[in-house]
Amino acid sequence: MAVGSVPLRYRITIDRDRCMECGRCVENCPYGTFRWEGDRIVVDSRNCTACHRCIAMCPRDAISLAEYPCDYRSHPLWTRDAREAIYNQARSGKIILAGMGNVQPLPPIFDSLLLDACQVTNPSIDPLREPMELRTYIGKKPSKLEFSRTPDGDVDLRTELTPNLMLETPIMIGHMSYGAISLNAQLALAKGAHGAGTFLGTGEGGMHPAIFPYQDNMIVQVASGRFGVDVDYLNRGAAIEIKIGQGAKPGIGGHLPGEKVCADVSCTRMIPMGSDAISPAPHHDIYSIEDLAQLVRSLKEATEWKKPVFVKIAAVHNVAAIAAGIARSSADAVVVDGFRGGTGAAPKVFRDHVGIPIEAAISAVDQKLRNQGVRNEISVVASGGIRNAADVTKAIALGADAVYIGTAALVAMGCRVCGNCYRGLCPWGIATQRPDLVARLDPEKEGEHVANLIHAWTMEVSELMGAAGINAIESLRGNRDRLRGYLLDEGMLKVLDVKPVGA
Amino acid sequence: MCGIISVVDRAGNRMDGSKIKKALSLMDERGSGEGAGYAAYGVYPEFADCYALHVFFDNIVETKSFVDDLLKIWGTIEHDEEIPTFEGPNLKKVHTPWRYFFRPDASLMSGTPSPEEDIVTYLVMKVNTSIPGALVYSSGKNIGVFKAAGWPEDVADFYRIQDYEGYIWLAHNRYPTNTKGWWGGAHPFNLLDWSVIHNGEITSYGTNRRYIESFGYRCTMFTDTEVVAYLVDLLARKHGLDEEMAVRALAPPFWDDIDAMPRKEKEMNLAIRLAYGSAMMNGPFAIVVANSEGICGFSDRIKLRPLIAAEKGDRLYISSEEAAIRCMEPELDRVWMPRAGEPVIGRVR
Repeated sequence: MAVGSVPLRYRITIDRDRCMECGRCVENCPYGTFRWEGDRIVVDSRNCTACHRCIAMCPRDAISLAEYPCDYRSHPLWTRDAREAIYNQARSGKIILAGMGNVQPLPPIFDSLLLDACQVTNPSIDPLREPMELRTYIGKKPSKLEFSRTPDGDVDLRTELTPNLMLETPIMIGHMSYGAISLNAQLALAKGAHGAGTFLGTGEGGMHPAIFPYQDNMIVQVASGRFGVDVDYLNRGAAIEIKIGQGAKPGIGGHLPGEKVCADVSCTRMIPMGSDAISPAPHHDIYSIEDLAQLVRSLKEATEWKKPVFVKIAAVHNVAAIAAGIARSSADAVVVDGFRGGTGAAPKVFRDHVGIPIEAAISAVDQKLRNQGVRNEISVVASGGIRNAADVTKAIALGADAVYIGTAALVAMGCRVCGNCYRGLCPWGIATQRPDLVARLDPEKEGEHVANLIHAWTMEVSELMGAAGINAIESLRGNRDRLRGYLLDEGMLKVLDVKPVGA
Repeated sequence: MCGIISVVDRAGNRMDGSKIKKALSLMDERGSGEGAGYAAYGVYPEFADCYALHVFFDNIVETKSFVDDLLKIWGTIEHDEEIPTFEGPNLKKVHTPWRYFFRPDASLMSGTPSPEEDIVTYLVMKVNTSIPGALVYSSGKNIGVFKAAGWPEDVADFYRIQDYEGYIWLAHNRYPTNTKGWWGGAHPFNLLDWSVIHNGEITSYGTNRRYIESFGYRCTMFTDTEVVAYLVDLLARKHGLDEEMAVRALAPPFWDDIDAMPRKEKEMNLAIRLAYGSAMMNGPFAIVVANSEGICGFSDRIKLRPLIAAEKGDRLYISSEEAAIRCMEPELDRVWMPRAGEPVIGRVR
């Protein structure tokens, strides 16, 4: 049976009165949407991914892009996406890949949570004139302190502190590996993290020598593939993160196709050039919480107990119990990645249907850790779909110590969230290894954009805290009294432990 | 708003309640007639070894027997009686205040360094969360809290505060803005030896409450001040911090100040913020915490609420207003305004 091709998704139009036939659109589109035919540029809209590179580069604003009006019979259940997925799979017999985050039209819970502001009885605090403290320490904290007094009345601290990461903002950048993203992109993120006084994850791709100058701002990752992991790599990082799961694809591993494994990536990952880098879902030395604890302690031992060790898990139904187990494994922080987390490549069915929202996950994790009396001893990092400073503030009020941003940092560097990262043709030089495309991204300039974004959000978080009469982020953490739920059902309010508006 | 005043006689000499009643009434503009209260240390010398449990009963016929039975399981009631009250035109009895002099059986709570106190803490939480119509609002040895919804002078007259004698007094005039005015919500708040009066709003209440509840405390009085009493109990009694360290945990120095400290001090302050960040209190507040050994007053880190201290001989006063202090002692040796977050401590010798 002939399934045939599916209709195009976007339509590109060139305004011929404005176009001066400069050819920048042809040069800039790696997907082949534009081509020369004689001295005329012609368009093949079927290739368009809505990455907007052509629009951004057109000096005459001659290009317009619209979603192509579809003539499918309208149907509430058999949507265009549902039918097209079937056509594609009937033809290919393959798993459908997708990039970036979940595209299901599920309402973000963050948008149904409203923050508080002081009025008469309790003065709001002006961050321009009063100190506002967003400094955040990520790592293990003592549950109590012991002091002793010397005979001359001096006080000595007897409790020894374990190493923590010090952040001047509760915003960090999550793990995006060299391989999944370009070296220029990773370098820009590293410069951005350095400029903003925060940290960036290396992802599971090892650490390229170009990143070494920023190693004090890097969190190195140990995933199941152990790519790029040796003691030198571990010692270079400010902290180590064991990746168990990822929000965009809980329960499955990662796969970097061989064609992306160029000489540089091969060197950094410590794998042969051109070979597929497959990190399976399970770590083959972790089949229980005891095994995880052993790996945590091994990594600490390897780095002389000088580095905090994080464990990253995807937000899934039983996330609170898993996090509680991690808290008892000697780990210093648990990273919980919600179902809106981005990715370079994931099976679409996982990206859109597996996992739970970060808001509910953080709330459940924070509560479980409190019930077990260990919340104060481990840091909680929330990630997966943090879009703005309000999301950061709400995530912290729900119980996170800090957040990881991913897609937001990429957007600051030009990403248009077209969702085609898995194809390796990113026109913005981010999710690609093609040298001509990589060269499009200027690490200096984009690093500044990333730092600007974090700085701007940090100021906004300060303002939101000041409005709520709070001048230290410790007092926002887990402070669900400062949130109200609007149009959330009773069950969700209960999970979030948040009162409804008006209460 | 809210008005607070406290006094300690560092020589341990007892004072009757007449002056503090007058001083608190002077600050009527700081209240709304919906809550006032007094705490006095040293009021029950004849039962000094027993825990004095003050309980509000909605109904002494049905509810009281549950409390009696619970106390008898955990120890001995040496004596109990209705707290004498005198209704006036402005203050009618809503609850029946009762006092038990209770001796816990330490052998029933093993595996803890302070079994008697842990039994009493358990009983306070148990009664307040599971016996409707009963609220334990005072539970220390040789101390008593007397409070109700009313104006300071009416509450004082209701209990005849002038007839009690103590070497430490705390008093509070309430202007509730966040939660309803009710007898349980009036200050002082007490747990065991600790009593707290507070002017302000604790914007970190949500964080503080969830922190303290993870240690088994239960907040039942619908107000932010309750959590302060429990935090102090946790930090000072259970974790053994002295007053200065406890205040530093509750109202710590700013990072900029910590960064500028000498290494040892810096490390200590860093440790306090890391370990007790969730206990740190935010928002505008002026607080006086007392135990049988003295009082400690401190304000929030940017001093959004007033706090005045003064001395005359052995007596240290801490209040919202100098006028209130001068109402008790017109001739003072020294009057000063403590800096934000700086504790003022008066220890009984």
